[in-house]
Amino acid sequence: MPGPDARPAEVEVRLVDVTKRFGDVVAVDRVNLEVRGGEFFSLLGPSGCGKTTTLRMIGGFEEATSGLIELRGQDVTWLPPYQRNVNTVFQNYALFPHLTVFENVAFGLRRKGGLEAKEIKRRVEEMLDLVELPGFGKRKPNQISGGQAQRVALARALINRPAVLLLDEPLGALDLKLRKQMQVELKRIQHEVGVTFIYVTHDQEEAMTMSDRIAVMNRGRYEQLGEPEELYERPRTRFVAGFLGVSNLLGGSREGSADGYAVVRVTDGSRLRVQSALLQGIEGSFEIGVRPEKIRIGTGGEGTGGEGPGGEGPGGEAPGELDQLEGTIADASYLGVSTQYIVELRSGERVSVYEQNVERTVHGSLHTSGDRVRLAWAPDHAFVVASDAAGPDQT
Amino acid sequence: MGRLIKRYRWAIPYVLMAPGIAWLAVFFVVPNVRMLQMSLSEGSVERGFTFTWDVANYTDNVVRFGENFQNSVIFGGLATVFCFLVGYPLAYTIAFRGGRYKNLLLFLVISPFFTSFLIRTISWKIILGDDGPFLEIVRDILHLVPTNFSVLGSAVAVVAGLTYEFLPFMTLPLYVSLEKIDRSLIEAANDLYASRWGAFRRVTLPLSLPGVFAGSLLVFIPAIGDYVNAELLGGPKTQMVGNVIQARFLAQNDYPTAAALAFILMAAILVGILAYARLLGTEQLTGGRA
Repeated sequence: MPGPDARPAEVEVRLVDVTKRFGDVVAVDRVNLEVRGGEFFSLLGPSGCGKTTTLRMIGGFEEATSGLIELRGQDVTWLPPYQRNVNTVFQNYALFPHLTVFENVAFGLRRKGGLEAKEIKRRVEEMLDLVELPGFGKRKPNQISGGQAQRVALARALINRPAVLLLDEPLGALDLKLRKQMQVELKRIQHEVGVTFIYVTHDQEEAMTMSDRIAVMNRGRYEQLGEPEELYERPRTRFVAGFLGVSNLLGGSREGSADGYAVVRVTDGSRLRVQSALLQGIEGSFEIGVRPEKIRIGTGGEGTGGEGPGGEGPGGEAPGELDQLEGTIADASYLGVSTQYIVELRSGERVSVYEQNVERTVHGSLHTSGDRVRLAWAPDHAFVVASDAAGPDQT
Repeated sequence: MGRLIKRYRWAIPYVLMAPGIAWLAVFFVVPNVRMLQMSLSEGSVERGFTFTWDVANYTDNVVRFGENFQNSVIFGGLATVFCFLVGYPLAYTIAFRGGRYKNLLLFLVISPFFTSFLIRTISWKIILGDDGPFLEIVRDILHLVPTNFSVLGSAVAVVAGLTYEFLPFMTLPLYVSLEKIDRSLIEAANDLYASRWGAFRRVTLPLSLPGVFAGSLLVFIPAIGDYVNAELLGGPKTQMVGNVIQARFLAQNDYPTAAALAFILMAAILVGILAYARLLGTEQLTGGRA
């Protein structure tokens, strides 16, 4: 077995056109993926998006209907789980209830054989130390807590020094506090052993905190793959923009360009700028998106109602009329660190804005419902998503 | 009313248990004490029985009916083993592969109970008879046995009858214990380099042991005391203890001997169960899942 040393940039797992059908249902639809050595890779998506099925095909629990799965360059598409150099941490831990923690962890080593009892004991104890459960070997799975069971499941998988560790929503059953703690713990352990992790989750925050790269899956395919920051700042589909956080999307059409920016006229008549590069490769209609926390909110906009193109606000503090929207506050809610405003534009579209509560006092919000406001942001914060006919996602 | 309940709350469990305890006292404890007394008595129906602490009823009869005890243990044991060998694959298939036919298949397992077991045992007499379908195939078509071969009256017929009769008692508890095994445990075993057989041996089988234990008791205890199969399908050489007890009680009116034999059998079964529980490991049976 290869050592646990990380070999960065090498492709550890490769999926080529992998498809899985259950009867008429296509669970995974021609997925192509490359996971690099030592990487913390997440498959993120809502339930039923095919992320677990994809993981189970890598683990060998489901046979791909078509396509190719490679592990360190070896075609494993048709190999049973016990002949693959991968191990899995199951959603419900799946610890063997009739065996002690020690025997659970030693299970894989014993099946593989070729090790003396003394060596097995040494490695099991080393593993229990790594997951911070020293001295738990004699307990039965029903004598430990959920968080501890989680660690045992991790130890049981990692002791085999797999090329890839598959984790199927491993923190799903834990409460919020323990989950946060385990996220940090998982990252630490991954760093320590240098094994490639493929992590399935529906929790975008969890995926963002832990992953090196994320594939956001929807309806059997991944819509976008990239680093968490890239996915958040530059989502390329409505679905990704909506699944990772909140975003405001405004439909529009290109009107011109200036210094590397494209000028886009949106439905309410305002003209917004977006980096020209983001429009490349986009055919047909598209939408401009801005994250709520990137928007600055200012008073003003009096007397510009319904003027149409280039409606200029007199005396606004923002420079010129570009990258601005005018509207009325429809709702303000206090969220602690920030205040969320829902602003209704002239077109009737609604935009949400998060304003940090730096200047807010206990005497209420700076703006109240019915106030006319002006919204502005730096054009580099705008992103573009292609409008597909696909589903009603968050605005 | 509410206050009354509150005041006598401690009594509720006893009230709830009372009918069961009364039932056991009247129909189990009393008869057993009477039986124990009878087993230590001498006399006859005509002269009446006197309680004399006559231990000879025990010592003599163990020797005298040793062969019948032996038959009971061997036939009951073999029937249990065969029930396991037939019932385990059956229960396994229903539990793991039954899909939407599970309930139908389970119904089929217990469907023989809809016919009187006497009728069923008699029909085995026909099946195994010298002109029955079994010998017709084995003897006349396949020529596997000589022409004067007979099954009826042999130990084979008795064990076959017992196995048939008690098979559902083995299959159902096995099914229950197999059904509740979490499938991801088997996947986990496969994931940890256990082959299909390895996963069965290391995970499925150990986790189904409570079912094996329950099933074999449910088969062995009634089978060892059975007399109908030996009566209808067996011969003079295959008489079990049950046959002797039945004859002594009902035909010969030799109550002390019959009672002593019944107690010896009961003691033997208890010792057997304890040894068996030891062997399987009590922890396996109780310390399973949380």
